[in-house]
Amino acid sequence: MAKRIEATDVTAYYGGFKAIENINLTVEPKTVTALIGPSGCGKSTFLRSINRMHEVLPGARVEGSLTIDNQDIYDRDVDVTAVRRMIGMVFQRPNPFPTMSIFENVVAGLRLNGVRRKSILEEAAEKALRSANLWDEVKDRLGKPGAGLSGGQQQRLCIARTIAVEPQVVLMDEPCSALDPISTLAIEDLMFQLKDKFTIIIVTHNMQQAARVSDRTAFFSIEKTGDPGRLIEYDNTQKIFSNPSQKKTEDYITGRFG
Amino acid sequence: MTTTVTSHRPQPPAQPLTLRARRLPAYAAPAIAVVALLVSAGIVYGAGIGGPVLVVVIAALLYLAGLYTAAKAVEGRRAARNRTWSALIHSAFVLAVLPLASVVWTLVSKGTERLDGNFFGTSMNNIGARDANGGAYHAIIGTLEQVGIATLITVPLGVLCAIYIVEYGRGRFAFTIRFFVDVMTGIPSIVTGLFVLAFWVLVVSPWFNDGRPGFSGFAAALALSVLMLPTVVRSTEEMLRLVPAPLREGAYALGVPKWKTILRVVLPTALPGIVTGIMLAIARAAGETAPVLLVAGGGAAINFNPFENNQSSLALFVYQQAGEASKYSPARAWTAALTLVVLVLVLTVAAKLLARRNRLGR
Repeated sequence: MAKRIEATDVTAYYGGFKAIENINLTVEPKTVTALIGPSGCGKSTFLRSINRMHEVLPGARVEGSLTIDNQDIYDRDVDVTAVRRMIGMVFQRPNPFPTMSIFENVVAGLRLNGVRRKSILEEAAEKALRSANLWDEVKDRLGKPGAGLSGGQQQRLCIARTIAVEPQVVLMDEPCSALDPISTLAIEDLMFQLKDKFTIIIVTHNMQQAARVSDRTAFFSIEKTGDPGRLIEYDNTQKIFSNPSQKKTEDYITGRFG
Repeated sequence: MTTTVTSHRPQPPAQPLTLRARRLPAYAAPAIAVVALLVSAGIVYGAGIGGPVLVVVIAALLYLAGLYTAAKAVEGRRAARNRTWSALIHSAFVLAVLPLASVVWTLVSKGTERLDGNFFGTSMNNIGARDANGGAYHAIIGTLEQVGIATLITVPLGVLCAIYIVEYGRGRFAFTIRFFVDVMTGIPSIVTGLFVLAFWVLVVSPWFNDGRPGFSGFAAALALSVLMLPTVVRSTEEMLRLVPAPLREGAYALGVPKWKTILRVVLPTALPGIVTGIMLAIARAAGETAPVLLVAGGGAAINFNPFENNQSSLALFVYQQAGEASKYSPARAWTAALTLVVLVLVLTVAAKLLARRNRLGR
């Protein structure tokens, strides 16, 4: 059920500031796509515009067209909450809900969208926690607060929470930047498994990570501070990291720039 | 190894590198305190210029000076400063707690005289100046009903207003609301009483009261809610702003609508703080005298109905009994004051426990 995402001339603003300009990119179903580039180049902005989280900030807006299986997600008749249920998101810092237990955190998306039956919730929680490789660690303390877990466990809890609502696309905004190498490895393994079911787009500053986990890589960059971010090159990950067609990409991945 | 570090201070001769430094012995500080107290007592009583309060003040100053000098001689300047500031901070704490302890002590020592069943079971109806009994039953009912109604009015209004300001309000309109809430904070309670008197008691209530002005407990509740509103709005607003944005985004990203995010994620996270703000507002309202006097009129008899006829309240009862020309009334006033403090205390503790029960056990 994973879906194809097509961006055409996507331009995003924060008030008067143009953060990204004319991004054109197609993400195939059941692949992992990595967005890389220097800080401030707009990769997170682009990621957040895919599930309409960009507009949560006051004054932020998006132009151009973004479609998921040919449905325009910025259409006037589109329900934002439906878009976000279809396109889930994992954030940079783990953000479990502090007033909820582990179980409640995992089923928060279902419960807050009206699912009440306990049997359904329990089944969904176990399934999501197993998919997130967290079940064995937390199955005996589902009633304990989610904030009591370690950072890596919290992030996997957030991933479980995201996939419990069964989205078709999962966006990850630097999901490992606050984690140690072992937790990072656990999450990268998880991405491999999730690829069977979901389309994954991940923003990362870690180029080894991009090379390890992704099928396709998009390189974003800016000319100078204050300029909008642009898509410089988008290709198979292997090609980007071995034989990029753009000089800028090569400079960046070899560490000569950014 | 020679060093070429230049310094504006002459360097001491090379010393073995050590982390240990000379310390004042543990008995030094208490010893200085005792000496300071003795010297101070000697000065004050020797010169015959004051009482125990002056002794303590002078002793405190002597202690600070003595401690600084001793610490500087043995431990050096930095340690001496550290000791002096620690001592100052501790004395500031003691100074802040002293009035509180004094109030509690006075209330308990004077308020227990009439702490009997009669006080809590009878009103002041038909109690003359020579009667030793009589109680605050009617006033307790009045306080509970008035503050209860005021809370029922204020909490939904105040919390919703704060949610509007934090989550929905944009631009000039939200700014204006915040500004007027701030202005409301400064309104004296007598003015809110006059407002309710002029607006509700004299103008609105006569419509359904056969043309007579309707003094009532409800009118007092209205005045109290005007007083409580800014406290509830501002404290709730601050608490909602403290809820981290990533929590809201986490909920939005799950496809949860905004109103449900506020209701199920933001409010529960901020709940303990919001409850504290509400309790502060309740405590303030329960202690108000002027508005109740103006619009509920007081009264010596039991009146359960807050919508009709005069009602009293504990604060008003204290005020009236304190001014009464009867040798029995001061004791009633003290006991009523103690009752009021205990009532607010019990409510606060109960609310805190309730708010905590909502959070998960750690």
